[in-house]
Amino acid sequence: MRGASNAGGLVRPSIQSALVAEPVIRARGLRKSYGDLDAVRGIDLEVAGREVFAFLGPNGAGKTTTVEILEGYLERSAGEVTVLGLDPTDAGGRWRQRVGIVLQQCNMQPELTVRESLELYAGYYESPRSVAETIELVGLESAADQRAGRLSGGQQRRLDVALALVGDPELLFLDEPTTGFDPSARRQAWEVISSLRELGKTVFLTTHYMDEAQALADRVAIIVSGEIVAEGAPDELAGRGGGTSSISFKLPVGVVAADLPSEVTLAIGERRRLPNGEVTLHTEEPVAILNALTGWAIARDLQLADLEVRRPSLEDVYLELTE
Amino acid sequence: MSGLALALHQFRYDQKVFWRNPASVFFTVMFPVMFLVLLGVIVNGQTIHAQGGIDATTYFVPAVITLALVSATMVNLAMNLTVLREGGVLKRLRGTPLPGWVFIAGRIGNAFVTALLMFVLVTALGRILFDVPVPWGRLAPLLVVLAVASASFCAMGVALTTIIPSREAAPAITNLVVFPLYFLSGVFIPESEIPSGVLHVADVFPIRHLFDALLAGFDPSTASAGSELGQLVVVAAWGVLGFVVALRRFRWEPRR
Repeated sequence: MRGASNAGGLVRPSIQSALVAEPVIRARGLRKSYGDLDAVRGIDLEVAGREVFAFLGPNGAGKTTTVEILEGYLERSAGEVTVLGLDPTDAGGRWRQRVGIVLQQCNMQPELTVRESLELYAGYYESPRSVAETIELVGLESAADQRAGRLSGGQQRRLDVALALVGDPELLFLDEPTTGFDPSARRQAWEVISSLRELGKTVFLTTHYMDEAQALADRVAIIVSGEIVAEGAPDELAGRGGGTSSISFKLPVGVVAADLPSEVTLAIGERRRLPNGEVTLHTEEPVAILNALTGWAIARDLQLADLEVRRPSLEDVYLELTE
Repeated sequence: MSGLALALHQFRYDQKVFWRNPASVFFTVMFPVMFLVLLGVIVNGQTIHAQGGIDATTYFVPAVITLALVSATMVNLAMNLTVLREGGVLKRLRGTPLPGWVFIAGRIGNAFVTALLMFVLVTALGRILFDVPVPWGRLAPLLVVLAVASASFCAMGVALTTIIPSREAAPAITNLVVFPLYFLSGVFIPESEIPSGVLHVADVFPIRHLFDALLAGFDPSTASAGSELGQLVVVAAWGVLGFVVALRRFRWEPRR
C-alpha cells in the first residue's frame, strides 16, 4: 500500500477493506526455543475480529508457550507477532485495557467474595463492565457473596473468566478453560464461552478436548510438537478424510472375518485379526457396504451387535494427526 | 484512576484480605498480644538488669511491638506474596493494566497500617494491664522509628520472597530468619541474660536495632535514651539492601 498513494480515488476502498480485514492476532514464523528445545517451530496464525479460535493440541505441543507469547508474558525467539495492532512484548497498560486473560492455572484470592474480587479488578480498568452483569454472565449469582476459597473448582474457574471479562476486553485468551472439569461444569463453561461470541468478543482458546473445539470454535488450528499440522473450520477439518465414513460392528460368536461377504472383507483390508470379533472398517461407499453386510446377516439370521456408522469427527482427524 | 487512587483502591481490598486471613491475624495480632500478656504476668514487678536497670514489663512492651512490627511487615509480605506468586495470582495481575508498583504499594500500605495499629494496641495493653507508661514525650521519634522500620522490613520481606522456592517453604524459611534473631536480640529473653558475644552477632542484624530504638523511646532512663534515630541507620541500611534485591530479583511468575 505504501507506493499506492498517488492512485487517488482508487486507493480508498482498498485501504478501507485492509482496515476491516486487519486481523486481531497475526503471527508469522513464530518460534520459541528453550536452549536446545524448540517449543514452537515457526508457526503462522491469523485470528479475525469476533472470531472464536481454538488452538488444539496434546499436552506439551506448544499451546501455552504460544498463547503466553501472544499475551506478552514470554519473549519469542524469532518471528513477527502483532496482537490488536501492537507487539505484545512492548505493549503497555493501554493495550492491557483491551485484553482479558485466563491463565491455565490461577488461584483466586480466597478471602474475597466473588463480588469483591470483581470490584477489585473492575477498579483496574477505565471502562469496566458492571459487576452484577458480569456475575450474571458467568452464572455465579447464587454464589456472589461467597468467598472465593469456598467455591467449587468449576465455580472458581468461572470467577477466573469473570475477572478476565470485567474490564470489557475486545480480545480474550482462555488457556485450557475446562481442564479438570466434570461434564456438567464443562457444559456450563461452554455456555459462558458461547455467550462471549454474542458479545462480539474475539476469543483465543487453547484446549486438548476435540469436542470443545468442535462445539465452540469458528476456526481450529491443530498444533503438534510445535508445528501447526492442520487449520480450518471444525467441519472442514473433520471432512479432511475425503468423506470417509467408518462402520463398526461385532461379529457373532463362531463367525470369523473370512465368512463375511467379499465387499466387506475388501473394505476391512489388511486388518484380519480382530480382537473379540470387533470390526471397524473405513469406506467411501457406506451405503453399498452396509447393504452387503446387512443382506448377508439377514440371509444367515445373524445379529450384528453394536452396528454403527459414523462420519469422521474432528476427534478422528485429531487422533490421526497427533499419533 | 491515578496511581495513588489505584493504590488506595488496592489497599482497601488488601485490608479485607488481611483481616479475613486467620494465619495473618494470628501471627501478627493474636500472637504478640498473647506473648505480652503471658510475659507480663510472669515478670510483673521484676527488674531487668540491663541498660542500667529497667522495669521488666516496660522492657517487654517494646519487645512485643518489635515482634508485631516485623510480623506485620516482613513476615506477612514474604509469606503472602509467595503464596500469591505460586498460585499464579501475581502473574494474572501482570496481565491487567494495574502497574506492578501499585500492587506492591497497596500491600506495603497495608503493612504500615497494621504495624501502626499494633503499636497502639500493644502500648495501650501495656498501660492498662501492667501500668507501663505511655511514652507521650517520645512519640515523635517513635513514629519516625515505626515509619523507617516498616519501610525497611517491607523491603526485606519482598526481597525474602526471591529465595523462597514454594508456598510450602514460605513459613519455614521466614520463621528460620526471624525466630533466632528474636532470641539473640533480646526480644524473647532479657538481654541481661544473653552473653555479650551473642549480642554482638545480633548487632549485625536489624531486629536488635529496631528493638533498641523502641526501648529507648519507652524508657528514657536507659543507656540508649535519645539514640532512637541513631539505631535506625542499621535498620535502614538493611532496608536499602532489601530494596535493591527486591528490585533486581522479584519474580511475578510461579516457579515451574
